[in-house]
Amino acid sequence: MQPILSLDGVAKSYGGVKALTSGALDLYCGQVTALLGENGAGKSTLVKIITGIVHADGGTITLDGKPVVIESAEHARSLGISAIFQEPVVFDALTVAENIFITGRPLKGRSVDWPTMMRRSREILAELDPSIDPAMVLGRLSVAQRHLVQIARALSNDARIVIMDEPTAALSHREAEELFAITRRLRDEGRAILFISHKFEEVFALCDRYAVFRDGAGVGQGTLQGMSSERLITLMVGRPVDQVFPKQVVAIGEEVLRVEALGRCLEYENVSFDVRRGEILGVYGLIGAGRSEVMHALFGTAPAETGRIVLNGETVSIRSAQQAIAHGIGLVPEDRQRQGAHLRLAIGDNITLPSLGRTTRGGFLSARREREQAAPLAEQLGVKMSGLRQRVEDLSGGNQQKVVIAKWLATAPRVLILDEPTKGIDVGAKAQVHRLMGELAAKGVAIIMVSSELPEVLGMADRIMVMRRGLVQGIVPRSEATPERIVKMATDA
Amino acid sequence: MPESFLRLLRTREAGLLGLNLLLLAAIAPFFPAFLRPGSLAGLLDDTALLILLALGEMLVLLTRGVDLSIAANLAFTGMVVALLDQYHPGLGLAPVLILSVLMGAALGAVNGLLVWRLRIPSIVVTLGTLSIYRGAVYLASGGRWVNSNQMSPQFLAFVRLQLGGVSMLSWIAIACAVLVALFLRRSVRGRDLYAAGNNPSAALYAGIDVGVMQFSAFLIAGAIAGLCGYLWVSRYAVAYTDVASGFELQVIAACVIGGVSISGGVGSVAGVVLGALFLGIIKNALPLVGVSPFFQMAVSGVVITGAVLINARGTQASALRILERRPA
Amino acid sequence: MSDVSLSARSKARVTRRPWHALVRWETLLVLAILVDFAINAHASPYFLDPWTLSDVTVSVAEKAVVALAMAFLVMAGEIDISVGGIIALASVSMGLVARAGLPLPLVVASGIATGLLAGCVNGALVTIGRVPSIVATIGTMTLFRGIAYAVLGDGVLKTYPPGFAWLGQGSVAGPVSFELVLFVALAAVAIVLRHATAFGRRVVATGSNPEASRMSGIATDRLRFALFVAVGTAAGLASVLLTSRLGSTRPSIAQGWELEIITMVILGGVAIEGGIGTIPGVVLAAILMGLVTFGLGLLNVPGIVMSVVTGTMLIVVVAVPAALRRYGGGRQ
Repeated sequence: MQPILSLDGVAKSYGGVKALTSGALDLYCGQVTALLGENGAGKSTLVKIITGIVHADGGTITLDGKPVVIESAEHARSLGISAIFQEPVVFDALTVAENIFITGRPLKGRSVDWPTMMRRSREILAELDPSIDPAMVLGRLSVAQRHLVQIARALSNDARIVIMDEPTAALSHREAEELFAITRRLRDEGRAILFISHKFEEVFALCDRYAVFRDGAGVGQGTLQGMSSERLITLMVGRPVDQVFPKQVVAIGEEVLRVEALGRCLEYENVSFDVRRGEILGVYGLIGAGRSEVMHALFGTAPAETGRIVLNGETVSIRSAQQAIAHGIGLVPEDRQRQGAHLRLAIGDNITLPSLGRTTRGGFLSARREREQAAPLAEQLGVKMSGLRQRVEDLSGGNQQKVVIAKWLATAPRVLILDEPTKGIDVGAKAQVHRLMGELAAKGVAIIMVSSELPEVLGMADRIMVMRRGLVQGIVPRSEATPERIVKMATDA
Repeated sequence: MPESFLRLLRTREAGLLGLNLLLLAAIAPFFPAFLRPGSLAGLLDDTALLILLALGEMLVLLTRGVDLSIAANLAFTGMVVALLDQYHPGLGLAPVLILSVLMGAALGAVNGLLVWRLRIPSIVVTLGTLSIYRGAVYLASGGRWVNSNQMSPQFLAFVRLQLGGVSMLSWIAIACAVLVALFLRRSVRGRDLYAAGNNPSAALYAGIDVGVMQFSAFLIAGAIAGLCGYLWVSRYAVAYTDVASGFELQVIAACVIGGVSISGGVGSVAGVVLGALFLGIIKNALPLVGVSPFFQMAVSGVVITGAVLINARGTQASALRILERRPA
Repeated sequence: MSDVSLSARSKARVTRRPWHALVRWETLLVLAILVDFAINAHASPYFLDPWTLSDVTVSVAEKAVVALAMAFLVMAGEIDISVGGIIALASVSMGLVARAGLPLPLVVASGIATGLLAGCVNGALVTIGRVPSIVATIGTMTLFRGIAYAVLGDGVLKTYPPGFAWLGQGSVAGPVSFELVLFVALAAVAIVLRHATAFGRRVVATGSNPEASRMSGIATDRLRFALFVAVGTAAGLASVLLTSRLGSTRPSIAQGWELEIITMVILGGVAIEGGIGTIPGVVLAAILMGLVTFGLGLLNVPGIVMSVVTGTMLIVVVAVPAALRRYGGGRQ
């Protein structure tokens, strides 16, 4: 059988950074192909090239046996390519119906045919979540419902090729099962589907073929029959699996932070846990489970409305980041570009920002003291840079993340919260971040690590707190944690 | 349908309509004359230019831009067509109308190109063109005034034509509001304008060219401003350098009161028209109530500041629901 | 790996940066100033006279004082359109205090205090009311000038205590005017604040990424509020100078100044979206605008044409680097 879409030697650089060096991928009609690879392996770039959002620098793309150049998102759609993106690409202020049909609104003559749009939206949504009203403004939907709207969008335009970039990341078990049913139906209708996921159980349950990417290159593809998850992981990582997490054995000390029955309207309630000296508490859950919201309560940037926070045995009130910093709490936020780094400021200025009081005297800056503060940290974290005056936006994602971590280390925190610390960074930087977490724990820092990556949580955490829909489902010690148990807690209704 | 009717009642536009009616109701017992058809037509006539300019400004605001140059565009275009009429009074009205729209669109296109091709923030671009266009009025006229006795009769008469008790100027505003509403609601480009302003990066994924949308908005806003140039000069029967100076800020105020979000993607024609009428009613009612004309600006200031404050309350992002709804 | 090529590229960029980002802008402004100086000197034999040069500073110092404070506000990612209105309101308040026969210090204090209070109103609208600053200050611009009109109507206040005129017209030594001395002193303070203190760093950080700044423990709302108050106070001070120089108060004074002041700030290399800017740049831009205005005045070019020149300068100055970035050299 001839592939409907075939990519060979596709390359793409951003500035000087090579995101993709030789991407190879074949998609077949009536088959679901799993695209596997670590963060930074080039999967997102590949998706952007196929959907016409960025242009490849080199290589060939063949559609129906003929070479094509995909010019734009518009062009990709006219070729019958449709995608569900990882970050919901949605419009808060528009109605659900219009979000579904944003790329191809039904027309009557030259004007938008609203009644048809509403009717067809209702038909599509009936299969996904009948409680969503197509006339509703999208801004009022929950995170999971936003993903469903994206899925509805992919269903709306009769694409021959459907790309799903981690579509289940925010879905409950039941919703994910429904999505699989829809995906199988699309496959049986003869469409080619590219399914990107980190979850092997999904891949083996749903997919027919696999393609693995590592460091921007396709390193293997074929049929899934006879493949094991171990062999796939070895392909993805390029080395045996058990080396991935450098978990240190650390003596766990006394309690540093305890929260009791934290709650905030609509977001989470009755959240209680504690974390000890030298401990890494993993917080696992689907995207939109309320994990980051709880962390922002600890950090004072979105204080809880009920419950209390106990730090070193004393109840404290934390209502701003300044207060959190004064209490020795640091937060490496999930959204690095928006909340973590000042991209247009120098590396040195970034690192010293939260601890500016330590390097200034009477409010006056001291370049020397700032350098003495920042340089050792940048070196300790292995930030690849030309100097502290270099701007953060010139760094790769992994090195940006190291800068954000360095700025919190400069405050000498007793509690360090890391929200998705290895999201979107390359394999090397990831291992460095994990090693650093171990070192910090060994020095007695209490660490809270929010992560959606199950292997990371299982590999690094001493205990795992699982959240679902704003509620704590339980806290599991490392010795009792199995992938099945944790996933079940996070997704089951 | 009662459900959709209830939804309609809860919209900002309904609230604003209620506010306007309340205002009229408060004035009516004391000054019944204010509600006479003739006075209301006069009110519409007085507010028509504000409505027109606000419609154009709304398009720019929808795409996350702002156009500070529309009043200067108006003054420049108005002066040029006034001069054209003065020196060639025999040409008739058609060249004046066509020239005003084309010239306004060209001036708007300059803004649009700088924003689209060079990605300069629109506030910087239009701050610059505001000064340039305003200065250009002086250069074009040599600082002279063009007075009513230098304008041809048809130049002056057009806006004053009465059709069904309502002036031509008002009809133009009504027609323009309907056209913009249809454009925004029914055309693909109109919908893309909302999408581009609501979430530019998502618009890119959806294949919408945000830059082209910004350019289109500036182009249309400029064309409307140019048309208003002729209408203004004809309505007030005079053209000089400082025509409509500072009016752009009132226009933006009308948009903001009408619920157009300065951060893009939100706003409706009905809201903008009601917002402009709200300012118009206040302006026309104050002298009646005996407020000295010198107090009018202060009252407008209070109203505008209050309105933007209330507006900001309404548009603050609410939390995403994470916790499951429980049976009540 | 990919990091290697990246750091090589970055190194090349960093070594070029002093030329590109900082020095070049200010150098351009200095060059422009020299060119204009030469043109002016050529156009009028009286231009090089110290007393003439002193007049140059007087015409620009009042706006430049506000521009210094406005530069901080814009660097922090906000804007204040209401400064013209504040100047008018402060002038009216001084006129009333003076008419009541109160002494000079109180007259001056009332002008500055009015500016400060107006700044508080703007700051509260933005930080507590959560109104975008451009919208909020469009509203208060009408409000402040409106109050000035409501109080004064079409009247004029002309009685000021003896000595008041010195502030805007007097000189400290020979041709060195008080306005010039005041501006130089404030510019020195602003340079230190921006470039040598934690406050300056926090302002730039807030403008560069407000959310990350808040997450880094900067009290961004308090900072923004303080900057609005500073701009209001500077406008109050400018009102003192302007009222003193004119010797009278009308509600229409300083009409349109907000645009000239903001132009000065952007011409000085401050990015309108915040996070980038230097005070020397703003000072140079103020000097340049003063010279150009004055030069055109020497040539008997009317004031309104000056706005064409300022507007063109503003756009060219922003558009040329943008065009070079986009169409010349390497593509990003």
